[in-house]
Amino acid sequence: MLINAILISDTDTVVTVTRELSPGDEIIFMSKGKRAIVKARSSIPIYHKAAIKQINQGEAVLKYGEIIGHATTAILPGEHVHTHNLAT
Amino acid sequence: MKFHGYRRADGRAGIRNHVVVMPGVLCAAGVAQMIAERVKGSTYLYNPNGCAQNARDTKMTLDILSGMIANGNVYGALIVGLGCETLQKERYLAAIHQRTDKPVFHIYIQEEGGIEKTVAKGVRIASTLLAEAARCKREECDIAEIILGMECGGSDATSGLSSNIVLGYLSDRLVDLGATTVISETPEAIGAEQILARRGRTPEIGQKLYDTVKACEQLFFEAGEDIRKANPSPGNKAGGLTTLEEKSLGCIQKSGSRPFEAVYEYGEMIDKKGLVFLNTTAYDVASVAAKVAAGAQVIAFTTGRGTPVGNAIAPVIKITGNADTYARLADMLDFDTSASIKGTRTVAELGDELLNYLLRVCNGETVKAEQHKLSNMAINQLGSYC
Repeated sequence: MLINAILISDTDTVVTVTRELSPGDEIIFMSKGKRAIVKARSSIPIYHKAAIKQINQGEAVLKYGEIIGHATTAILPGEHVHTHNLAT
Repeated sequence: MKFHGYRRADGRAGIRNHVVVMPGVLCAAGVAQMIAERVKGSTYLYNPNGCAQNARDTKMTLDILSGMIANGNVYGALIVGLGCETLQKERYLAAIHQRTDKPVFHIYIQEEGGIEKTVAKGVRIASTLLAEAARCKREECDIAEIILGMECGGSDATSGLSSNIVLGYLSDRLVDLGATTVISETPEAIGAEQILARRGRTPEIGQKLYDTVKACEQLFFEAGEDIRKANPSPGNKAGGLTTLEEKSLGCIQKSGSRPFEAVYEYGEMIDKKGLVFLNTTAYDVASVAAKVAAGAQVIAFTTGRGTPVGNAIAPVIKITGNADTYARLADMLDFDTSASIKGTRTVAELGDELLNYLLRVCNGETVKAEQHKLSNMAINQLGSYC
């Protein structure tokens, strides 16, 4: 397997996974032309987002190189990012 | 970068050489269609309106139809009217001649003496136009003369992840080559208006982008709909979209990263180079028609679930990032970007290949929608028929 997640912009703090992942699975994506790996901390459904960096509560979450919302709680690398921890 | 297209007397370049037969009003549609069917090689352009609309919607209809006829892909046109409709011959010809000096003829069924006589005269006129059009030969044109309309419809999770990103890359390349690219579908930008505002070439253009999206949101409010509360929809959320900003950003990825040079209203024709915005509905058929009426000779249409939508005047290139959709709906899709999801090819590699394919389409290679002679037509209306 080449990759199972997509980092759209190099400045993004989340990736989108392209297959369902379980805790402990490797999230593999391309970053600046190289493969990068973050370990999944939670289950992540297909096409959902996972954090690739620590995101503090209140901090902007970046996808497409833009702010898609703010963390409503601290988010650790490898965690599923969705309505439970991200809002406008 | 060059392609071989048709040079029109009005200065525009086209990638197709259509002789259009169009009803001036829906009542004349059957008769106009008979003419188009009898003149092999002519192009039937459906018109659902032409009468019984309020003044604002009548103008929209006129702007879209005359813009489509003025498109560089059209050699000339025959309009078949009934005789008693709101949009009379003089209004059509005045609106078209404001935009172009190409040959346009107009006949009325009530004046010609019924169906058969109108068809006979229409066949003579369209045949003459077709013979003239056949004398036009493709000549070298610069890619800078291309206006690419960018559209999405039947989206799925792969759209914002793959096909729209590849199309955004293509848009950047075309802009850098001096061409024009246009996005529209204003309702889909609600939530991303502040991001769009920062992408204006000047603060004024940015403000106009912002105001255009805000005004669109207000129209929804007045119609009893709060876009922000309704989006992302439960289905969107199940599919992984969390916020409205994220959903809207996925859509506007098609526009790449270059600055916006202008904002045009529905029915206006594009007169600037570079990336521009056209204020339209999110209904893809009507949005495609508006972009063709604005001058786009070719449409790049991303779709995750797949759609056969075509346009009478401009080839509609279907692009999908969903490998399964591409395999299952092979006869209606033209380009597969799913390799960027698999990681086997980069966005840049796919975007460069898409540019090569676009050039082939500009040079005459037909897309799936053309091969199946599919053309859809809708014109936006703010009021209902009066």
